[in-house]
Amino acid sequence: MIQVLNLLLGGVFHAAALFLVAAGLQLVFGVQKILNLACGSFYALGAYAGITAVKAALAAGVPAPLFVVVLLAAGVALGVLGPPIERLLRTIYDRDEAFQLLLTFALVLMLEDVMRFVWGAAPYQLGGVYLLYGQVRFGAVSIPVYNFVVIAAGLAIAVGMGVLLTRSRFGAIVRATAENRGMAQALGVNMTRVSSRVFTLGLVLGTVGGALVIPAGAAVNEMGIELIVEAFAVVVIGGLGSMRGAVVGSLIVGVLKAVAIAVYPEAEMLAVYVIVIAVLLLRPAGLFARATA
Amino acid sequence: MIGRVVLAGVLVTAAAVPWLGRDYYATLMLPFFAYSVALLGLNLMFGTAGLLSFGHALFLAVGGYTAAYLGNTLRVRSLEVMLATAMVVAVLVALPVGWLCVRYVRIYFGMLTLAFGMLFYSFLYKFYALTGGDEGIPVARPTLLGHGFVELDKTGYLVGPYYYYSLAVCVLAAIAMWRIVGSPLGLSLRAIRENADKAAYVGVRVRRYRFYAFVIAAVFGAAGGVLLVVPTGLAAPTLAYWTHSGNLVFMLLLGGFGHFFGPVLGAFVFIFLQDQVMSVTEYWRFVFGVVLAAIVIFLPQGLMSLLTRTVDA
Repeated sequence: MIQVLNLLLGGVFHAAALFLVAAGLQLVFGVQKILNLACGSFYALGAYAGITAVKAALAAGVPAPLFVVVLLAAGVALGVLGPPIERLLRTIYDRDEAFQLLLTFALVLMLEDVMRFVWGAAPYQLGGVYLLYGQVRFGAVSIPVYNFVVIAAGLAIAVGMGVLLTRSRFGAIVRATAENRGMAQALGVNMTRVSSRVFTLGLVLGTVGGALVIPAGAAVNEMGIELIVEAFAVVVIGGLGSMRGAVVGSLIVGVLKAVAIAVYPEAEMLAVYVIVIAVLLLRPAGLFARATA
Repeated sequence: MIGRVVLAGVLVTAAAVPWLGRDYYATLMLPFFAYSVALLGLNLMFGTAGLLSFGHALFLAVGGYTAAYLGNTLRVRSLEVMLATAMVVAVLVALPVGWLCVRYVRIYFGMLTLAFGMLFYSFLYKFYALTGGDEGIPVARPTLLGHGFVELDKTGYLVGPYYYYSLAVCVLAAIAMWRIVGSPLGLSLRAIRENADKAAYVGVRVRRYRFYAFVIAAVFGAAGGVLLVVPTGLAAPTLAYWTHSGNLVFMLLLGGFGHFFGPVLGAFVFIFLQDQVMSVTEYWRFVFGVVLAAIVIFLPQGLMSLLTRTVDA
């Protein structure tokens, strides 16, 4: 029983990070109709920048328990990259999807080397803060409190995104743009500004996701291109462009991976892709998208 | 006419490369031949039929692993047997995968092919007993038309008999693809790309023809995969990774998918540019990202469009 709980919590922890990246992917796909392969690279960038920021903050005398605030700030600060990258993508909004996909692939290649240049090729770690908040013991297993912090943060951001999209003026504009770009523009929506903001928001979701999980592991150059395939699985399962789909999809992928690793490690990713292919074949629009998508 | 002269010139040059005495450049030509074969197939799907696969590296891996498995486990030495078996295996894999994939177009086709590619990657990576896991399977030197060329050292073998063998396979693949593109199948595929509804209306069986294109591309991919692993001597799971598929599409776009020889030019420029950039900086991915972005934004018809424009003018 306790083993199962441990397993599920591990899965949900991974799902929290996955959700943030997938939510960024969904948002950008919803408004710009671009499947952004570089979302995984934003995640990796957030991880690296988070480590550097916490190290600098600790050296500057910031109290250690505040490290999670520093991580969040680092993720948000990377938002400055949003507008210039969006400006680059804007050149191909009216082109074929193949070109859009390839331009984001170009971004993946560039960002991977930017990270290698700045932080080197060796794994980069943030030692010593992961267990700072202590651990919760359930019989034989102990779970770091920080895992719960990340899960709570993921949940809070999910709720915040929901409120933003359904209750705010900005959200209404975003949904209108996703629904019908031309009509929204005709009604006076400044498309350039909306695109730029939405893309930046999507990027920040990814960087915050990377920054939040990194105390539990090490940043490596390949983490972005590995995660993007999982995030991609999430949006396919949940349905392209759907936020609820991103929540459910990331939970399915996160927990499935955790269970597979415990039960039959060979099938770790295999299980995820089998689900993806099954969903694509049975419900190509995903579990939560409308039939028209 | 100019086209034929250029083609003849290119072939003579390609045949002369091993005589230049720079073995290094001759060995660089080997992956070029391999990728050319694979890209000719991929271009039937993308350039002719308009389907963008982001998982085509799957079939290069099928070819590479078939050759490695035959050579290493079953002690088959003949490259002809390897090529033929790889192509048959590719058909067997492409039948179910293609049948499922061609039910979708555009972004869903891309996503489904990527998922299948990664499915195969994790199979190769995790099932150690069969595939050697992350270490892959070594590829022993195969015999060419029954000759082992044991008197030659590795470089001598690669820049000598194997070089001409690869060139011959590449030429044969180009001739075969030329006939396919010019056949009623090729015409139908182009009609489907331009307007699938209209093509269906005049009686073209859209899904079936897309399926044929998928299977043919898989066969070319597997043949390219076999040629690719012999020089490196290793079939590794990264062959099937999605970034490898991305690089294939990159090469296609670099050369220009609108022209029959565009993919061949793309493979050539990609490989030699990669070699040059890597000798200058370890950050070759960044340079390639910039090149890809520039091509996508400013030259979507690829380098071939520059060449043909100059000839036309």
